[in-house]
Amino acid sequence: MQETHAAEHPHPTAATYIRVAVILTILTVIEVGVFYVPVFHPVLAPVLLSLSAVKFAIVVMFYMHLKMDSRFFTLLFGGPLLLAAVVMLGLLFLFGVFAFEH
Amino acid sequence: MSHAAPAATAHYTSMGLDSRKMGFWAFIGSECLLFGSLISTYLVYQGRSVSGPTPSEILNIPVTSISTFDLLMSSLWMVLALAAVQRGDMKWAKVWLLGVAIGGAIFIGFQIYEFSSFVREGLTLQANLFGCTFFILTGTHGAHVTVGVLWMLTLWYRAMRGKLGPEHAMTVEIAGLYWHFVDVVWIVIFTLVYLLHK
Repeated sequence: MQETHAAEHPHPTAATYIRVAVILTILTVIEVGVFYVPVFHPVLAPVLLSLSAVKFAIVVMFYMHLKMDSRFFTLLFGGPLLLAAVVMLGLLFLFGVFAFEH
Repeated sequence: MSHAAPAATAHYTSMGLDSRKMGFWAFIGSECLLFGSLISTYLVYQGRSVSGPTPSEILNIPVTSISTFDLLMSSLWMVLALAAVQRGDMKWAKVWLLGVAIGGAIFIGFQIYEFSSFVREGLTLQANLFGCTFFILTGTHGAHVTVGVLWMLTLWYRAMRGKLGPEHAMTVEIAGLYWHFVDVVWIVIFTLVYLLHK
């Protein structure tokens, strides 16, 4: 089809996809490594949640092409994702998951 | 021509976006809410089981790390399949599509192994809150992976019969969106359920 559309952008090359996979693999190895090293245990939750968030963002931006696709797709995905996160945090507060243990 | 012409199937919105892709992103948005509710339920009940087995007694991190790596690699093969379809290299498209299906099947194999070993050790849906929320969350994810494997096999079969070409790149891209979403959900589950267990 010769018709062009404003929202269509070229996707990354195979080399970029492979570089992304290497980064994701390294981050996964770090995640599992951090889990087994006792010195990281006091900061395990923030470190693992940060690494997980980075991996999540990389896959969504490069493999799902949100970095180069229409912003509207980001809105369609990000809106419900934000809602899910807010509902999750709300439930965790309601059920006292963040309450200090005595 | 044996294939349906793209112009006959592709409908563009007034924003210039492919309507199928837009619809699928809306579906993925709804899936965020589904998995958000399941993950919330798991976290709310985490550490509240009155009897064992508990996560620290039963979860096998090394085995799950391997299955996580397998799913991560299948995501790479998915984008390579899409790139091959887009440039009309159907030989490699078939290889990568079959690779994704096999990668997904291996992940399901790991999950069947994990579930059956858990049941042998006394963790069932009815055993405790951990068992109930764990099996429902990871089982729902596994069901999504199974659908993805069937989807990839369908695309591979179409490619083998010469009914998948560059003009169907959007069909493969949408299947890829589904596959990558299943992957990102597992990234979250692996961290919250396996690595941050109580």
